[in-house]
Amino acid sequence: MSNHNPDAPKHLKHYFTNVDQQYETSKFAMWAFILTEVLTFAGLFVAYIVFRSWYPDMFVDAHKLLDVNKGLMNTIVLITSSLTMALAIWAIQKNNRKLSLIMLIATFVFAFCFLGIKFLEYSHKFEVGQLPGEYYFYMGPEVVHLNNPHIFFSIYFIMTGLHGLHVAIGMGLIAWLIYATYKGNLSSEYYTPMEMIGIFWHLVDLIWIYLFPLFYLIG
Amino acid sequence: MSENIKQNYLNHPKGLMSWLLTLDHKRIGLMYLVSGILFFFLGGLLALVMRMELAAPGNDFISNDTYNNVYTLHGAIMIFLFIIPAIPGALGNILLPLMVGAKDVAFPRLNLASFYIYSFGALFAMYTIINGGVDTGWTFYTPYSTQSTSNVVPMTLGIFIIGFSSILTGLNFIATVHKMRIPGLTWYKLPLFVWALYGTSLVQITATPVLAITMVLLMLERFLGIGIFDPALGGDPVLYQHFFWFYSHPAVYIMILPAFGIISEIIPVHSRKKIWGYKFIAYSTLSIAFIGFLVWGHHMFTSGQSVFSQIVFSFITYFVGIPTGVKIFSWILTMYKGQVSFTPPMLYALSFLFLFTIGGLTGIFLGAVALDIHLHDTYFVVAHFHYVMQGGTIVAFLGGLHHWWPKSFGVMYNQTIAKICAFGVFLGFNGTFFPQFLLGLRGMPRRYATYSEKFVELHSYSTFWSGILGISIFIAIMNLFWSFIKKNKVDPGSNPWGGMTLEWTHTSSPPHPHNFEEEPVLEHGPYDYDKVIVEKTYK
Repeated sequence: MSNHNPDAPKHLKHYFTNVDQQYETSKFAMWAFILTEVLTFAGLFVAYIVFRSWYPDMFVDAHKLLDVNKGLMNTIVLITSSLTMALAIWAIQKNNRKLSLIMLIATFVFAFCFLGIKFLEYSHKFEVGQLPGEYYFYMGPEVVHLNNPHIFFSIYFIMTGLHGLHVAIGMGLIAWLIYATYKGNLSSEYYTPMEMIGIFWHLVDLIWIYLFPLFYLIG
Repeated sequence: MSENIKQNYLNHPKGLMSWLLTLDHKRIGLMYLVSGILFFFLGGLLALVMRMELAAPGNDFISNDTYNNVYTLHGAIMIFLFIIPAIPGALGNILLPLMVGAKDVAFPRLNLASFYIYSFGALFAMYTIINGGVDTGWTFYTPYSTQSTSNVVPMTLGIFIIGFSSILTGLNFIATVHKMRIPGLTWYKLPLFVWALYGTSLVQITATPVLAITMVLLMLERFLGIGIFDPALGGDPVLYQHFFWFYSHPAVYIMILPAFGIISEIIPVHSRKKIWGYKFIAYSTLSIAFIGFLVWGHHMFTSGQSVFSQIVFSFITYFVGIPTGVKIFSWILTMYKGQVSFTPPMLYALSFLFLFTIGGLTGIFLGAVALDIHLHDTYFVVAHFHYVMQGGTIVAFLGGLHHWWPKSFGVMYNQTIAKICAFGVFLGFNGTFFPQFLLGLRGMPRRYATYSEKFVELHSYSTFWSGILGISIFIAIMNLFWSFIKKNKVDPGSNPWGGMTLEWTHTSSPPHPHNFEEEPVLEHGPYDYDKVIVEKTYK
């Protein structure tokens, strides 16, 4: 029993009754997936809280070694990319494929900028030895009196590293969206993948919104 | 009807690739079933090796190091490769879409991906065995797990990967329950197995990410010495225990909730009586899933916890007993004045009621701080755990297999052998694990290959009965597969036990490739034995 009558749209999978059910199911599952992402990071936020409460002074002093300007730049870049992502969805809803494509490419470029700035930050830390755990060797005047500054950098690298991995995965997904939109597979009739990846992208942005103040700002 | 038998999900379409690349939830379920049972046998074999070693006090059979590897692999394989993936993956996959009247799960491609992610993770676990094992215990406690020279990384990597399979299956099931039900099948008309899978899936998607990140931190600790769990670098090994049990206590409910669901199906069908307290059972599933997140500290009473935390965790732990008791009483009341028939599935369900009750009550003992400090890390814990996991989950799993076997494969196994094996499992299980309660009370610590002379009687008793248990389970499962391979001529019909849920009333055995000939229309509730008469097709 196939419900593939000739009128059914091409993107409707045979095991769904109608387009609405298919769309609602995807959206629901995407939010459930977002929940799992939040919980993954939650474990790391707990580690942050535990060690911050163990070594409050060290956290305050070690955070001064981070480059606030680069962090701020990345925050602006990522928030803007969230805006362009939302505009891409808005454009495809209006069936404006060209605008949608431009916005997606902009999102991709911003994501690339984010990783670029992150790379500059990381490579500086690698040079001076502000590294996690056993690899830590920075002995500048700001840290000589500190207790276990390498723990701060362990948590910093794990959290921003996992976040960076999400940005990279997001870039891959956005690249695929650019291809699909260019090919004309997405339209105002069917833009579910773009909306789902949009939700993911906003989550990636949101996590950074938490990481930025926790590491760069609060003292 | 005869036409249906010609075309079903097992014989249509044909060819190896049609299986390897299948998107059909029933075929994926069958692949989970076969791989799960292989791991079950492997884990069981390791258990028997342990019992052989423990038959006598000295190091007569294997060395201490080998023993450490054997119990670690037994635990890790049974939990991460068999129990957690197999019941939702096998029975859940085969039954969930049928029970909600859907043509498939919400995301069939993702479902197949889950299976391959699981297989990929299992490869790492198997590599661990070939490469000389791992000796940390299935809990991978730091600091030992960061120092051990055994294969901690391949094993934890395997578990990390299998975690993703678990998360994706959970997502898939939740979306299926929410969005794929046929019109009219409201939440309170869902079979209780669906509620159980729903509760399980909720725990899977909320707890497993924490395990994943814990395993990542453990691997990073080994590779980079990040110091999070290493006191020499300012870290805290007890933090690992918190992370681990924040997942692994809820994981206990991932393992037991599907079993509750199976029992909730078997008992009303084989008693031909409406289930007692439908909403109680449904909501107790959700409350167990919720409370399960708040009790992890009771694994750590001896890890240097403050007295205040001990009291709080102990207090919350007792709360788990309430919804669990609600379920047990509801099942007993369902049987009361019912037409109970002692079929193989029902025998397993009855065993479950006995064994799980013992397991649950001894859990209350262990939840009491004062007793736990005495019983911690003794055989009492081992016995309690096995009464819940084997006496509970695996007995229910075997019951579920016997219950849905004729539906899944259109064949009926030998009833007499099945019943004898059910008795064998019950006796063998009690014979194996009841002495371990006594051993624990007398102070026998767990995870030792040798022991004091005074324990020899109880240990050898336990070893003897473990043989009976192993043989019974093996024959019971062979009996099932034999009926499938021999294609025996006994046709169980579409509804051998007279069930009322959609998988019994609206599709053939084995089911059609697209589940239902035409979209099913719901005519009655899942257990309306007081309103409708459903004939059994198998005498």
